[in-house]
Amino acid sequence: MVTLKQVTGKNLIGVGLGVIIIVLLIAMPLVLTPNGTFVGTDNVGSDVIRQLAPTYDSGWARNWWSPPGTETESMLFALQAAVGGLLVGYAFGYFKGRKSVRPASVDAPDNESAHQ
Amino acid sequence: MPNTRWIRRLAPVLALLSLIAFARPAYAMPPQMHIMEGFLPLQWAIFWWVVALPFWAIGLIRMRRLIVEQPEQRLLLGLAGGFIFVLSALKIPSVTGSSSHPTGTGLGTILFGPFIVAILGTIALLFQALLVAHGGITTLGANAVSMAIGGPLIAYYLVWLPLRRVTRIGIAVFLTAFVADLATYLITTTQLALAFPNPVAGFAGSWFTFAGIFAVTQVPLALAEGVLTVLIFKALQANASAELRKLGVQEA
Repeated sequence: MVTLKQVTGKNLIGVGLGVIIIVLLIAMPLVLTPNGTFVGTDNVGSDVIRQLAPTYDSGWARNWWSPPGTETESMLFALQAAVGGLLVGYAFGYFKGRKSVRPASVDAPDNESAHQ
Repeated sequence: MPNTRWIRRLAPVLALLSLIAFARPAYAMPPQMHIMEGFLPLQWAIFWWVVALPFWAIGLIRMRRLIVEQPEQRLLLGLAGGFIFVLSALKIPSVTGSSSHPTGTGLGTILFGPFIVAILGTIALLFQALLVAHGGITTLGANAVSMAIGGPLIAYYLVWLPLRRVTRIGIAVFLTAFVADLATYLITTTQLALAFPNPVAGFAGSWFTFAGIFAVTQVPLALAEGVLTVLIFKALQANASAELRKLGVQEA
């Protein structure tokens, strides 16, 4: 009989716990700082430089292109995350598929050195 | 229980971190990841480019050698790069009311070492500089030194290599990712403090205030990144143990 443990792996509890910790850590500021606007630190930092060195002119170098608005910017960040997610998912899909085709014991490209 | 050993060992570290976390300086530069285009004076922009160049060169040589000698590792290489892409695209709210993002460099550092990560991280920085206008070309050297080179280098040599055989692998992975993330922000702050020292307190004075604010914003994020990296690493151990062994990350 196939058990839940076999299907999901024995780390189900550990994974669940890990995900909960991550969500709590990320959600915590939303609760602790109800009035925050959560502006990117990159932008906040630039403002501080303007205070520290009011005469400094950052205009000597400009981005060759910048998104026309926050919506386009969000889209590009989403694109970046999507590309990354695709790479991670593709690799895991391959590894998982390979494992299901071949039993784990012959998982290794160099079989004999890996399993004695 | 054998596990309490870790709690005992980690207790001083946690105590120190919470001490930093609750020290609220009156004035500080907020921590940040990318220095925006034009926001470093020319001489500093050139300086950090020059610092970054040898690491990029070594990184390219090592990456080429890896792909030639172990072509099957390309998938893991893509995975490590993809992980950096995803995590550095996620702007996560912090307790100071601003947003910051994780780096994702810890995983690649563990798998391939800091030099190959220098290349992977710089690719993500280039994408953000050219397409999203976050960071820039003049500040690419500085941003690479903090996120793609310095953070991974510190985490690899001060955390991963010393701990990987001493502690349980999960703890070593967690602390490596945690330190790579935090070190990145500390280096960026150092770069900014060098270029724009506080007129009153000077470099050293402002650096310690920066470090205080850091902890508040970045420690929860770095903790979350550490936990996520452990989850991914465990999944790799379960599914790609052959690759991990060949990279020398996992015992045969």
